[in-house]
Amino acid sequence: MIEVKHLTKRYGSHIAVSDLSFSIEKGGIYGFLGPNGAGKSTTMNIVTGCLGATQGDVLLGGHNIFEEPRAAKRLIGYLPELPPLYTDMTPQEYLRFVMRAKGVPRSAWTRELSSAMDRTRIGDVKDRLIGNLSKGYRQRVGIAQALLGNPQVIILDEPTVGLDPAQIIEIRELIRELGAEHTVLLSSHILTEVQAVCDHIMILSHGRLVASDTADNLTRLFAGRTTLRLLVKAQQEDVRRVLETLDGVEAAGFGPDDPQEGTHVDITPRDDQDLREALFVRFAKANMPILEMVRERASLEDVFLELTQDAPSSEAQAGKNAEEKEEAQP
Amino acid sequence: MTAVFLREVGAYFKGVLGYLFAAFLLIFAGIYTMAYNLSGAYANFEYVLDAVSFIYLIAVPILSMRTLAEEKRQRTDQLLYALPVPLYSVVIGKYLAMLVVLAVPMLVMSLYPLILSQFGAVPMALAYGSLLGFFLLGACLLSIGLFISSITESQVAAAVITLVVMLLLYFMSALAGFVSTDAFASLIALAIFALLFALVLYALAKNPIVSAATALVLVGGLYVGYLSDSAAFAGLFGDIMTKLSVFDRFYTFVNGVFDWTAVVYDVSIAAVFLFLTVQAMEKRRWSE
Repeated sequence: MIEVKHLTKRYGSHIAVSDLSFSIEKGGIYGFLGPNGAGKSTTMNIVTGCLGATQGDVLLGGHNIFEEPRAAKRLIGYLPELPPLYTDMTPQEYLRFVMRAKGVPRSAWTRELSSAMDRTRIGDVKDRLIGNLSKGYRQRVGIAQALLGNPQVIILDEPTVGLDPAQIIEIRELIRELGAEHTVLLSSHILTEVQAVCDHIMILSHGRLVASDTADNLTRLFAGRTTLRLLVKAQQEDVRRVLETLDGVEAAGFGPDDPQEGTHVDITPRDDQDLREALFVRFAKANMPILEMVRERASLEDVFLELTQDAPSSEAQAGKNAEEKEEAQP
Repeated sequence: MTAVFLREVGAYFKGVLGYLFAAFLLIFAGIYTMAYNLSGAYANFEYVLDAVSFIYLIAVPILSMRTLAEEKRQRTDQLLYALPVPLYSVVIGKYLAMLVVLAVPMLVMSLYPLILSQFGAVPMALAYGSLLGFFLLGACLLSIGLFISSITESQVAAAVITLVVMLLLYFMSALAGFVSTDAFASLIALAIFALLFALVLYALAKNPIVSAATALVLVGGLYVGYLSDSAAFAGLFGDIMTKLSVFDRFYTFVNGVFDWTAVVYDVSIAAVFLFLTVQAMEKRRWSE
């Protein structure tokens, strides 16, 4: 449905989106997740034809947005970060204007209008000036606008920003309903929101796609990385010897020596197996009391933080690796 | 195009702007009709139009300041970019809406010669020819206002810049009288404009080679022209200013000549500025 190939957008020397490629299949709710400035809005603006790209291509249902903008734009409904509303119109007038501009046939106007207003629940305010509406209602008028013309893809940029908790829940429900009939792409910097609404999550950081999978898979992938934090009353060499006899240890990282307390060690089990019992028995047999044992499981939050916060240093990291390689060469 | 057109006309007449514009034009037209035709007992309605042409200085900024600058401020331009509508039809829709607002007071004014004809012989052809010239002058100035609105971010900035440009255009032929008629002075003045043009080109395209080449070709061409025939440059700059004056073109209508070149001139200026407006909007999309 949406195919983005090697998309790059540069503002002067700043790179907002860097060689971004992804594709979105028909149906379901897709979420762009990333901190502020990750390039979410820029990508959405390019995909919807509001912004030009420095490099790369965007295909919507096979139509290139830069070469056949009209055919491509007909397939999408877009709600930008700030709903583009004319404050001097009523929602009804505004929606009529959008239908006319989108080329909705006049015979379908009544049906489209009432369906869009019913789904977004703005029937009560349809004759009030948009300038006098609350933020929640404005957001819904913006979504109603995107629904007109029954586009296959609906793109929502930060649809719940600035709303109160009750409104956020309502908008999320609305998005879930939309997901049944349309392909929905939304962006957010709030993890729980994307997790709650989306079937598929794409994590953006510094203009790059750092992860793309279903919410469950992402959690599972990284939740696999459970760590056991142990404090053992023994010398570091003794602890190491015991761990070497144990099968399921993927890696063990030793903390600073603490002669008073014992040895701190972080154990990563292989294939997410539960080593707690085995560890207890082994250390007990070796007469090394375990003073503390804590199991830490990575949440999606940790995944998000890890993926997005590493990025600025990733180039430095890459540089360091290159240096190491050079050193390794004779 | 129709969607944008209808929305704009609705916005002008639902708000105060359309009425303000019409009232402004009609008040001054009314005062001068009273003074010239009723009190002064002239039968010529075109004298009124000649006298009130200065109100475009205020009326054009009033009408054009909002049109695109406000879209940008309210971020509604994002909708225009995302709609399956080409930008040129957005611009044309907006321009036609302004022409409708301009036509409303003109329609009212078109009744004045009829009313006056009840009291004596009014040269009708002259009156209506001048009214058409007056409308074309307004249409031409509005296209310039629309362009200025497209390159500014706020209504106030758009209004002030448009006012300054209108003032320059209004006094252009008067200023031309003060320009030195010396051939070398003309050459210098034209060379400065050629360099300014190259600078604008650089600001838009950010291509130093093309801009420098343009400057070189233009200034070089002027200098070669000057060397081969310096007499032709005598008073040339002043002549060009007079020729370019939009207001002077209108005065020929008042003097009883239905000047087709003026019609072509006004329409061409409008077309050029509409084209520039579309380009300004395209540019925002690509470099923002």
